[in-house]
Amino acid sequence: MNPVIELDGLGVTFGKRHILQDLRGTLNGRAIGLLGPNGAGKTTLIHTLLGFHPATAGTARIFGQDISTEAKQIRALIGYMPERDSFIAKMSCVHFVRLMAELSGMPSDAALERAHESLFYVGLGEARYRPLDTYSLGMKQLAKLAQAIVHGPKLIILDEPTNGLDPPTRLRMIRLIREIRDSGEARIMLSSHLLRDVEECCDEILILKDGRIAANCNLEEERKANRKFIELEMRGDNRAFAEAVGRLGCEYAFTNERRLKLVLPEGIEIRDLYQIAAEREVQIRRLNFKRDSLEDIFLKAMEGDAMTATATATTAATTAMGGNGNGSL
Amino acid sequence: MAVYEHGYKPYAGSLTPEWSRFLILPRHAYRDTFRSKFFVAFFAVCFIYPLVAAILIYLHHNVNAIAMMQIDVRELVPINASFFHYFITTQCSLGFFMTVLIGPPLISRDLANNALPLYLSRPFTRREYVVGKMCVLLILISLITWVPGLLLFLLQAYLEGAGWLGQNLRVAGAIFLASIVWIVVLAIVSLAVSAWLRWRVVASGALLGIFFIPSAFGAIINELFRTRVGNLISIGAIMNSLWSSLFGLFQRESGSMRGTQNGRIIDVTFYEPPLWSSWLMLAIFCGFFVLLLMRKVRAYEVVK
Repeated sequence: MNPVIELDGLGVTFGKRHILQDLRGTLNGRAIGLLGPNGAGKTTLIHTLLGFHPATAGTARIFGQDISTEAKQIRALIGYMPERDSFIAKMSCVHFVRLMAELSGMPSDAALERAHESLFYVGLGEARYRPLDTYSLGMKQLAKLAQAIVHGPKLIILDEPTNGLDPPTRLRMIRLIREIRDSGEARIMLSSHLLRDVEECCDEILILKDGRIAANCNLEEERKANRKFIELEMRGDNRAFAEAVGRLGCEYAFTNERRLKLVLPEGIEIRDLYQIAAEREVQIRRLNFKRDSLEDIFLKAMEGDAMTATATATTAATTAMGGNGNGSL
Repeated sequence: MAVYEHGYKPYAGSLTPEWSRFLILPRHAYRDTFRSKFFVAFFAVCFIYPLVAAILIYLHHNVNAIAMMQIDVRELVPINASFFHYFITTQCSLGFFMTVLIGPPLISRDLANNALPLYLSRPFTRREYVVGKMCVLLILISLITWVPGLLLFLLQAYLEGAGWLGQNLRVAGAIFLASIVWIVVLAIVSLAVSAWLRWRVVASGALLGIFFIPSAFGAIINELFRTRVGNLISIGAIMNSLWSSLFGLFQRESGSMRGTQNGRIIDVTFYEPPLWSSWLMLAIFCGFFVLLLMRKVRAYEVVK
């Protein structure tokens, strides 16, 4: 089966400015999270995949179809929910969604039927005859989702779908995205600044930094790896303690003068840490079992060199998120 | 994805042919256009002249009616190229006012609310979008120009006989071509204006300005320099020349006047600019507005 997205040295230049450079990789997840700081090139990547901007180097393939030669066929497979407000004023929502369905190639009657269905599906059934310009921000977001799914695309690209939503509407949006993902009928690409949204919805992430891939990892695999991660708060000669722990084979890093993060390898127990602390006369004031959150992966990718981060993301992103067992002393 | 199921399901039904999808835009646009009672009234008014013309043609061939009215309609209004030329000129003028009414919001409504990415993220190209929007005007103005024009021509041919049809086939071509050229010019200009000016009133004013201000300047140039070269910047004058030529009525010599030069009385003859220069100016005019239009019709603007 063709991967969802293949990036093959993709580059985009505006004037003399390189926006995307040499993007390579294969994205196969059911829901792919697209992360990166402002100006990293997330939206440009989405626009390039949609054929809005021509690739100036390399290419990309969506379900095996080349974006530079088969853009129209690709767009028939995609549903796109843009970040900014996008609608046609003075048009009722059902009329708007129907128009979008017809433009995707659906016959008029089928488009109308699907427009009603998708509006009920996203929860706008009761408000579907209201003009779009009277909708609240949350309703407009849901209307944008409805138009993105009305034609039953194989890939749904969502650009900041939870932007500006109140908590209940955000939860509704997240639930819908997860439902679509779990249905297995469509793949999702979710671009968001909210790491929590990506954590909740995605099983693969692509992190961009300065137009390059900073990390590309499979969150599912990272979750399965589930390596133990400990955060210590100490008083005393922390450096000596850290070196001793390092000699046991632990990976460690100081987050500040008194805080140390470390990964315990197989065979090393907590009591070994207490023993070393006692020998070095170091007080362990707090000990938390943690697992790397997406935020850690993201920050690590932002700190590291673009290319090395790609390599280390899978290993260093010790992973997955989820809860943290608390072992305060 | 039935309502009761509330689950996501792909669409597995038939699809419309790709070539026909640009027609979706006019279909949806007319729903709004015909909601305006003023527009419906104006649209109805546009059919008064074709109706009158049809009655005139009928009277031409009805001996009893001519006898009853005691006027020889045949001498009063002969049905020839000039008749159809005048008909097209009048209907095209109405077409212009129709454009001022419905042209300005065509693209500005999509741009104002950032809807273009939604159109262009579908299997629907920029070109199809522009052609679709042009068709909104193209179809409506056709209904009041060349369509009734050709119907009148056929009515005349039917009543007059095959001989007349054979002798005047050029007129049929002229009716169609003259209308289409004008409609395309109107559509291009109004879409470009709609893409650049988002306020309807301003856009309507700009449309009027684009067609009338250069005409005024052209008239001033003509007057000052005793020439007709000023007609080249007047889109109305250009179209008049082209319409006349299509109907076989074009004459370069367009009048004369008596003036003085160095104290001597002289006769000045005015010559219309050659036809090729009119076509060239029209092409430049349209090309400029097409460029303006295509700069704006993009999924996203790249800010430099």
